[in-house]
Amino acid sequence: MWTVVACLVPPLILSVFIFGIQTLIITAVSVVSCVAVEAASQKLLGRRVTVSDGSAVITGMLLAFVIPPGVPYLLPVLGAVMAIYIGKHLLGGIGYNIFNPALLARAFLLATFPVAMTSSWLPPLHDLAIFSYLGTHVDAITTATPLAVLKTQGMAAVVEQFGATSNIYTTFFLGWRPGAIGETSGLLIVLGGLYLLYRRYITWHIPVSVLGTIALLTWCFGGPTWFGGDPLLAILSGGALLGAFFMANDYVTCPTDKTSQLIYGVGVGALTVLIRLKGGYPEGICYAILLMNPLSSVLDGWFKPKRFAAPAGGAK
Amino acid sequence: MCFVFLTQTRELLFDMTSLLTFPKGGVHPPEAKERTASLAIETMPVPDELEVILGQHIGAPCTPTVAAKAEVREGDIIGEVTKGLGVPLHAPVAATVKGVFQSAHPMRVSAPALLLVTNSEIPAVRYSRLDWELCGRDELLKKVHGAGIIGIGGAGFPSHVKLNPPPDNPVDTLILNGAECEPYITADHRQMLEFSQEIVEGARVILKILGIKDCRIGIENNKPDAIAAMTKAAAAASSASAQITVHPLKVKYPQGSEKQLIQSITGRKVPAFALPSAVGVVVHNVSTTKAIHDAIVLGKPLYEKVMTVSGKGISRPANLLVKVGTRVSDIVAYLGGVTPALAKIVMGGPMMGFAISTLDIPVTKTTSSVLFLAEDEIDTRPHSQCIRCGWCVEACPMGLEPKEVAIHVEADRAQDTAQFGVFECFECGCCAYVCPAKRPLVQFMRLAKMKAKR
Repeated sequence: MWTVVACLVPPLILSVFIFGIQTLIITAVSVVSCVAVEAASQKLLGRRVTVSDGSAVITGMLLAFVIPPGVPYLLPVLGAVMAIYIGKHLLGGIGYNIFNPALLARAFLLATFPVAMTSSWLPPLHDLAIFSYLGTHVDAITTATPLAVLKTQGMAAVVEQFGATSNIYTTFFLGWRPGAIGETSGLLIVLGGLYLLYRRYITWHIPVSVLGTIALLTWCFGGPTWFGGDPLLAILSGGALLGAFFMANDYVTCPTDKTSQLIYGVGVGALTVLIRLKGGYPEGICYAILLMNPLSSVLDGWFKPKRFAAPAGGAK
Repeated sequence: MCFVFLTQTRELLFDMTSLLTFPKGGVHPPEAKERTASLAIETMPVPDELEVILGQHIGAPCTPTVAAKAEVREGDIIGEVTKGLGVPLHAPVAATVKGVFQSAHPMRVSAPALLLVTNSEIPAVRYSRLDWELCGRDELLKKVHGAGIIGIGGAGFPSHVKLNPPPDNPVDTLILNGAECEPYITADHRQMLEFSQEIVEGARVILKILGIKDCRIGIENNKPDAIAAMTKAAAAASSASAQITVHPLKVKYPQGSEKQLIQSITGRKVPAFALPSAVGVVVHNVSTTKAIHDAIVLGKPLYEKVMTVSGKGISRPANLLVKVGTRVSDIVAYLGGVTPALAKIVMGGPMMGFAISTLDIPVTKTTSSVLFLAEDEIDTRPHSQCIRCGWCVEACPMGLEPKEVAIHVEADRAQDTAQFGVFECFECGCCAYVCPAKRPLVQFMRLAKMKAKR
């Protein structure tokens, strides 16, 4: 678990330079709240306190990573209660939660604080002025995320607002675009994901199927004409990379069987594109994962590992 | 999907050019064999008392054929199976019988055993070479049974049954298991080095009994000296009627499991619940083959055992030849006692063995090691809930779902676990080894087997 935490630290540090020092504060508040709520929940429910396993720290970091950088500090605290107490411990504790706790909390915050959660996007900083957003009234400076611009105004507006087409990919890949705290830097997220792959903590099945489906479906249906969408932009914007490498493949809430994982990943990708293109929200990966989570055990019930050898003379 | 295909093709190509192995599951625990691998087998002095457990093998336990106060010579029959599957039991030493007592047992808690008091006044027995080549198949089989030979690699299955496969399953290959994939243990390794000719001659006996000529010896590649010694002995003993070859195996636990070994060497898959003869194979451990050699060539029954005593918790690690019935406490005393680091004693290998809580526990024919492990050789952290990471499913060489079994057992639904394949589990322990939540998955599997109905 601590390896995952380590993989999330580089995007966090970078977010300070993109959105300012308050990303660090929000993340700290979120992590401390999650750990505190975990300890309190376990005490309250009479279970062994296991905060040292790092699970609550990961939830805290991921929760901060999926909320906008300009939200009030109260939000991650409420999110932590939702994620850890309701989303995890009331369902039986680690291993028994059906939904990804961090995403459950994000969905909860989006429903309860729709304004803060949909408008607190900050334009990226360019001159290391990491304290410039501190104490300012964020309403005055908020901007829109690329996916929101794409949804409401189209591709031309995205290019106009975020630079020429060739530049967009580079800037987005590095992370200098409006977005949630930890989702913007494709480079660092992919590096973290590749490290987890290298250490064999995760396998390629879910990230590849999620991102592949998003790219393919966006290319087919995401443009003004058939096969006119921009698959690369689709992967580099929103929370696609963070979701694919750090959230969709959460051990507890994803399927275990590899075939199940591929189907699950395709489902997450397809629902993400469906919400992005046809739904009310500009980004859909959060809901896509939450919708696929309860199907994990169903898929695992359908697809079983291949036994060494069947009994002679048919099934027994 | 294409990706899956590519990786599988790559593995296939890779395997074709390298060592033999089984494709699914398995783990690579630290081998920890260096402590004893270079130590020659030493014969432990006979202790004053022996506890010979009556149920040494799979099948019915022996009934004592000697009464209290009877005097027996080394190798005399002291127990017989009257009804059902089994082999006779022999006196490991010249002794006076004290009677039947309850003995501690690593798995069954306690088991009836014959208590023997060593009697040095009874003359020793000498074995000399017999001309076995003239014996017929049935005579050889009878001798194997009479010498009390069982699979001493661990399972304890009576060998004469394995050597007499059902006629509707023609056997064409004999596999000798010299994988010794369990960490720490070097007993088979040392026997292959020191008794390579005896093992190969034992293989010829088995080939004759089975009426076949193809014998393949599988040895994990971490024992190059044993591979060299066995290759040399095999080449010298091979003839048109006995083609004995050595096959180096990839180091991967559980390479020495019967079904995995057969797949590694022949590519054949033994169906669930079936015996190896279903795919035309008979497997014997190299140490069992040595015992068969002793029984047929020397006429010496099985009542001694080469075992490894190792771990940071014993003063002097060793490969010992001990009498069946020797108490662990006598072994500890002989090897200079335990060290202060001792935290856990395991009878058998670290992956499949059982922790023991007393030293007054006797060695049986199937004991291959006693390990005295220090705190840093074991994991005593408490286990937590299953996080469904699926590592146990990946590691299981049989393609089972240990995590589901454990969850069901915890929820008191062990009766529903047959669907996850509990009865195909041979308790190799790969699942528990990889579990990041430290769950005792093998123990859950065993519980499920006891409670579920097949």
